[in-house]
Parts: sequence; C-alpha cells; structure tokens
Amino acid sequence: MFKFLFDRDTWQEVFDSFSKNKLRSILTMVGVWWGILLLIGLLGSARGLENSFNRLFGSFATNSVFVWGQSTSKPFKGFQEGRQVSLSLTDAKKVEENVEGIEFLVPRNQNQASVVRNFLSGNFGINGDYPLLDQVQKKKLIHGRFINQNDIDDNKKVVVISEDAYKQLFEKDEMPIGEYIEINKINFKVIGMFENGNVNMGPTSDMHIPFTTFQQIYNQGDQIGWMMITGKPEYDIKQIEEDAKLLLKNLNKIHPKDKRAFGSFNLGKEFDKVTGFLIGMQFLTWFVGIATLIAGVFAIGNILLITVKERTKEIGVRRALGATPFEIKRQIVVEAVFLTIVAGLFGIITGGWILIGLDAAFGQGDDATIVNASVSIGVVFIALVILVILGTLIGLIPAFKATSVKPIEALREE
Amino acid sequence: MLKIHQLHKSYAIGDSSLHVLKGIDLNVEEGEMVAIMGSSGSGKSTLLNIIGMLDEADSGEYILDELPIKNLTEKKAAVYRNKFLGFIFQSFNLINYKTALENVALPLYYQGLKRKERQEKALFHLGKVGLADWAKHLPKELSGGQKQRVAIARALAANPKLLLADEPTGALDTKTSYDIMAFIQQLNDEGKTILMVTHEEDIANMCKRIVRLRDGVIMEDKKVNQVRAEQYV
Repeated sequence: MFKFLFDRDTWQEVFDSFSKNKLRSILTMVGVWWGILLLIGLLGSARGLENSFNRLFGSFATNSVFVWGQSTSKPFKGFQEGRQVSLSLTDAKKVEENVEGIEFLVPRNQNQASVVRNFLSGNFGINGDYPLLDQVQKKKLIHGRFINQNDIDDNKKVVVISEDAYKQLFEKDEMPIGEYIEINKINFKVIGMFENGNVNMGPTSDMHIPFTTFQQIYNQGDQIGWMMITGKPEYDIKQIEEDAKLLLKNLNKIHPKDKRAFGSFNLGKEFDKVTGFLIGMQFLTWFVGIATLIAGVFAIGNILLITVKERTKEIGVRRALGATPFEIKRQIVVEAVFLTIVAGLFGIITGGWILIGLDAAFGQGDDATIVNASVSIGVVFIALVILVILGTLIGLIPAFKATSVKPIEALREE
Repeated sequence: MLKIHQLHKSYAIGDSSLHVLKGIDLNVEEGEMVAIMGSSGSGKSTLLNIIGMLDEADSGEYILDELPIKNLTEKKAAVYRNKFLGFIFQSFNLINYKTALENVALPLYYQGLKRKERQEKALFHLGKVGLADWAKHLPKELSGGQKQRVAIARALAANPKLLLADEPTGALDTKTSYDIMAFIQQLNDEGKTILMVTHEEDIANMCKRIVRLRDGVIMEDKKVNQVRAEQYV
C-alpha cells in the first residue's frame, strides 16, 4: 500500500482525471476549503479574544478577592444596625493566620489627594502599600523600583507613580526618578514609574507610597481601607472569601448572617465567568468548523459519486483490461483524499491570511480586541488528520458504487 | 484451447426471464479465426461476454487453455482477463484523457510492470499498428481507423492468448474496415487466436470459420475459405 502511495503512476492517474475536468474539481474543493477556512478563522479569532482577556487580567493574580468594610444590616450583641465597619491591621493579621489556603494578604489604604510639582498639578489616588502588592498585582516598572521593606520600616517619603501621573506632572522626556512631588503639601521623592495596566481592579491606583507613611500622614492608626487576599492555586477562592468574611464578622461583633457588613469583589469568580465564556466560544467554533467541514466533505463525496457515474464506462474498460475491484476502489479513494487535502491546505493558507488580516485590523496597539490571533500547529495537524479520515470514508461510497456495476453493464452503457 | 459445453444463460427481465443461450457447444483450437454471426438478440454478444469473463454463465462448462472458468471472484476474473484476453470493442473504448501510448500501456499497468518497461512495450505495439508517430496524441485527435488500431495495440500489449473483438468494424466505413481486417488477419497469420462477433457477411468471410447463432442455439458451424482483406485495400 505504501509503495502504491509513492508510485508516480498513482499520481499520474489522479492528475489525469483532474486535469480532465478542472472546473468540476475546483468546485468540488470549495466546500472543504470553506470549512477549513472557517475553522481556522474562527479558532484564531477565539484565541485572539482569549489572549486579549488574558492580557487584561494579566497583571493580576486571578485567584484573588478584595474585602472592605461597609455598614451592618443586622443588630447584634447590643449594637444597632447601620454601624460603620472598618477593617484594621489586626483583622488582617488574624485572617492571614487563621484562614486556610491564603498565599498573600495585602492590607491597603487609599485616599484622594492633590499633587503638585512646580507649576503642574493634578488630583490622584494615593495608595498606602506594602511591597507584597507587587506579588499580587504585578507592576511593570519603566523606571526605578517599587516600595521595599526599608521604606516601610523608616516611614520614608517616597512614591511610585503611574505613567499617566508622570505625563501630567512632568515635561516630556524628563527623568522622574529622584525628583520631588508634593502630596498634601508634603514632599515625596519619586523612586519608580510603572506602566498603566489595561484594567484597574478596585480604586484607581495612580501613586503608591509606603503603607506606614500613609498611616502617618493621614493619621490612620490601625485602620485599613481594604485587603487583597490571594489564594493558593489548589484552594477555592470562593471558600477563602467566605471563611475570611466569617472570621471578620466574628472579630468585629457582627451578625454571622449579615450580608452587607463587608463588601467584596471576587476576581476569581469573575475570571471563571470569562474563562467559561471563552471555553463556550471555543466549543462553538469547533462545532461550527467541523460541521462545515463535514458538509464540505459530503459535497466532495457527492461530486465524486456523479463523477463515478460519468466514468462508468471508463471503469468498465479498465476492468476489462484487468483492473481488480480493489485497484479501482483504491484509485477513487486516493482521488477523494487528495481532493480533500489539497482543498484543506488551501483553506489553512487562506485561513492564515484572514488571521493576518484580523491582526492588522484589530490586533495592533495596547487596547486591541484581538491579540495575536493564531492557531497552533497541533490544531492544524488535527484538522488535517480529520480531513484525511473523512476523505477516506467519503471516498469509499463512490468507490463501492463504482465496483458494484458489473463490467459488462458498464461497457454496454453508451 | 477453448472448450465450451452446454452453456446456458438467461436474463431476468421484470418478472419473466429471457433464455438467451440455450446449450452452446463450441471448441476453438489455437490459431483459429472465428466469426460469430447472428441477428441482434441471437445471443452472440452474450456468448462473447461470457468467453471474455465479463459475464458469467448460469450452467455449462467453459475451459480456457486447460483452465476451468467457473465461480470466479471479481479479482480472479480481472487477473485472468489481464493475462489471457485482449478486448477490441466496436466503440474503441479508449480512455479519452489519456494519450495513445498511455492507453496501450494501461493493461501493462494492471500487470504491475515498471513504468519504463510499460512505455517501451506500449511503443513497440503502437509501432506494430503503425502509429508510433501518434503516441502522444489524445484519442480525439485520431481518426476512427486510428482509434481502432490503438485499441488493437492495447489488446495486444499484454500478449493475450485470445483476442476477443465485438463488432470491431461496426463503427468504421468500408475502406477502413478492410484496413482493420487486414491487420487482424495478419495477427492471425502470426498465430493469434481470434474470436469476433459481427453481423456483416463480408467481414465474417474474412475469418476462417463462421459460427451462426439463432435464438440462443448454434445453427451452423462451418469452415470457410478466407477472403484476404489486402486485396480491397
């Protein structure tokens, strides 16, 4: 059989029978070409969307939850409802120590402040942060460094600013590191500048100063604005959220069933939704692509069936000259597989062009909706294997049809 | 070389069946040139098809070159056809998208010969029918007589024991017919056994023996003085 596949005559026969009717062969291939084109185009676009979502979430540890205090909705232990709840560093420490599965816990504070530098000024969100923040929400630093433990220990007046803030406060091409800016009339030294992320989870974060410095200048004492909790990969972030909240209610004398006392935003849950959507879209893509492909392959089978009818006489002659039914079948199956593969390859190439086009149209820049639309070579390979299998199966129908006619009947047909 | 004994064949037509061959006895020796004659419906083509293993008899014996031909699988029939028989058809039955040379080489392809060997043999046989210069031409570029000569070359290519011709001159004008017959006679002179179906008396008289069929039985089986075709060419 392998010798047969590498035999020049086999292919001579295939090419002869195609060159005999080019138009028909091309029309035959359109179906499969279209199917593969759709499959590649859709899969690539789906991947592009997925990439763009991943880029949005990219700077965050996605199994995270943010928790902050609100006001109670139930009276409890002598307290009336409507009591303002605020979190404290002690709370944060207790949560970190007692809730199972926490990787990091980052207490944070935030305030709005007007910032002045020379004659330029703006209103920015000022965050009091620990170095650990960099683990949970990766900052892409363009210049300098993020806050470190030294800054915390010594309550240093240093600040890490965003690119946006830099643009408002500095001249173009000016080096911000080492310069001073005035936050609430207090001078801070700029030690780092980071790239703006694609999305801001939580309050705007234009500037970061050491947590301890923040406590000092705003006279915050033990209070914190909110905490970011990141779970270990093997733990369910929703469970961690529940456990943490229950513990916090306990610590703050809040009714265990009070739903309003603590607000939270579970990034893991949101991320799961998007992931679920992406998986659904991929499934749909495969479904549509393969269904179209099958339709295309059936079109090939259909045309080959007509071809076989047209070639009844030729097949009769071949059999009179000594072609065995197996040889006839083999020839027709090879023709079917060859047609599907050629059409499939064309589909893959043109599908690739479409992805290149999509990339050029929608894939450029930071806010691109489709990022790096592509199809892995494995998928292409699988598609080709499916094509070969389908082509063989569909080729068998006309092949058996061709040999079901007795040679004498085939010859008699004028 | 060919022995047929009490051969029967009927075809089902709707509910009834048509008894086409009603006990045929026929012996053909090597080197003979036999014409099978009869009006249409006499069963002459059916007989030729059974001899050509394109069709199968219902009952009776058929022995070709000591080999009983019975209950053949399609595959075996194909191998025997390829090895023992050469076919010449009324409508030539050349494959229209293949050149003359490729058409002649086709039975050799099914014999499993190597490409080079096939081409050489096919060219040799094309030369024998005087069409070596037309090797690269497609059938549509050839005249009727040339097409039939390509078909004869194809029938000869596999060096068969028996040549079967179904109205070989049926689609040709008289002059070309004689031309082809002269060629077939020449093949017979070289020792090929030839069996042909025809309904033309003049063509039949160019054979050495005439078998007349009517309604599925042999009416007459006689040797004739062969009329040479060359004299008309």
